[in-house]
Amino acid sequence: MRVPVLLLPLLLALSACTAQDADAPPEEAAAGSAAPAADELSGTLTVFAAASLTDVFTALGEELEAQHPRLEVEFNFAGSSALAGQIAQGAPADVFASADEVQMDRLTGEALVESTDVFAQNAMMLAVPVENPAGIALPGGGGVPTLATLLPDDVTMAVCAPEVPCGALSAQLLEAAGLADVPDTYEEDVRAVLTKVQLGEVDAGLVYVTDVRASGGSVLAFGFREGIAPRNAYPVGVLEDAPNPAAARAFTDLLLSEEGQRVLTDAGFFEP
Amino acid sequence: MSRTREGTRVPAPLLIPAAIGVLFLTLPLAGLLIRTPWSQLGTQLTAPGVGQALRLSLVSATLATGLSLLLGVPLAWVLARSRARGRTVLRALVTVPLMLPPVVGGVALFLVLGRQGIVGSWLDQAFGLTIPFTTTAVVIAETFVAMPFLVISVEGALRAADARFEDVAATLGAGRWTTFRRVTLPLVAPGIAAGAVLCWARALGEFGATITFAGNFPGTTQTMPLSVYLALQRDPDAAIVLSVLLLGVSLATLLLLRDRWLGRAGTA
Repeated sequence: MRVPVLLLPLLLALSACTAQDADAPPEEAAAGSAAPAADELSGTLTVFAAASLTDVFTALGEELEAQHPRLEVEFNFAGSSALAGQIAQGAPADVFASADEVQMDRLTGEALVESTDVFAQNAMMLAVPVENPAGIALPGGGGVPTLATLLPDDVTMAVCAPEVPCGALSAQLLEAAGLADVPDTYEEDVRAVLTKVQLGEVDAGLVYVTDVRASGGSVLAFGFREGIAPRNAYPVGVLEDAPNPAAARAFTDLLLSEEGQRVLTDAGFFEP
Repeated sequence: MSRTREGTRVPAPLLIPAAIGVLFLTLPLAGLLIRTPWSQLGTQLTAPGVGQALRLSLVSATLATGLSLLLGVPLAWVLARSRARGRTVLRALVTVPLMLPPVVGGVALFLVLGRQGIVGSWLDQAFGLTIPFTTTAVVIAETFVAMPFLVISVEGALRAADARFEDVAATLGAGRWTTFRRVTLPLVAPGIAAGAVLCWARALGEFGATITFAGNFPGTTQTMPLSVYLALQRDPDAAIVLSVLLLGVSLATLLLLRDRWLGRAGTA
């Protein structure tokens, strides 16, 4: 009895550390990547992408599968930082799309990515629960307000943790507005911020414009001067060790094509 | 002497799986220790916020264990001794947090104790009390997830304890409360101690319900598991150092306690 009891805290702490690895898709991409001679793509394409890209990338993946019936597209959506870490640990990915250039640079720095292209940009908004408990409203006088004029003094606020791209951007915006000590919680990703706003547990949260669009009207959103211009670029790159490089290039081409850009702007992203 | 030795010899069919089991459980720990950047240990450990997160983890896990003892021991007695109907259903309900993904547990706590929750909205309006994003929320989340471990241990100990001692105490004129205090409690003390250790360990490692219900703010709600998770996004070496620190401190605590507390449990 004594020994297992003493081992338990070890296991629990370990499970907390390894939770990240469990997210990586265990299977290798199917063997026999597309032969260069044949123009028909086949096998599996594995795309690692930032959580904020979930909806658009799923749609684009289906599009690519429709164009190439023998190709199967699989996604791993998570925080960009976690994904970059998984790829650095050898996760078998073909394409990586990050929510900021810092995480992509981690991989280019280690020569894990061939070349990268910025395919979209995003901006930030202040999301507020439909009940609007703090009574956040546009100040009189018209024009686009600043973040400081929108936020009441004793507001309960959620933002992303500074370790993830949306948090790095939020910290920058709050710092510039002199509001660095306003947040009450630093969430692990942007969707967690959105959830706390939707539940009405915070008065406000900083999220991407595209998250507001994806929430389908379940939150109110205010634009503010510092955040409404495109603030963070989304780079995409084919990985050096991509198991299916031909399909990977087809995916990035689709992303940068007119059609891909239309899907992205429809979801609220800005053109690069 | 020789009889006891023969009695404890491990049968061969058990030996190999047991050895594999030990390896399976300890190798990841070894991996962690091998990978630890020992040269960075000093700088990482003195980084701002590390002491804060460690203190918060130890304090909140201890408070959660105290709360679990206060509520869990009586609950275990009810489950083990009372003959009320619906006990089976009650037992199943009480162990729900064991099966529930902790993140879902955190959302469930919001729905009851959050600002918009059934009880929480009343607390907010009547007393101006909001629980989420406070250290209280950390303790509540940890208690919710960890208390079932204590309840199950103590209930098992109560069932295994010889009820005749209690009957004898009753025939000698002891009231029910006296019997519980003077006979039952000492009888199951080792089980309570083991349950409390399990509960403390589970509370110390709690992640999902805490980050969901209590949020993540340095000094108030950012416990060690949360800071390990976030460090992992930025700097895996820092995450490993933090984990090793948490392991070291929790092992030291348990070893210290073992002599005065579990020492008796071991010999009982």
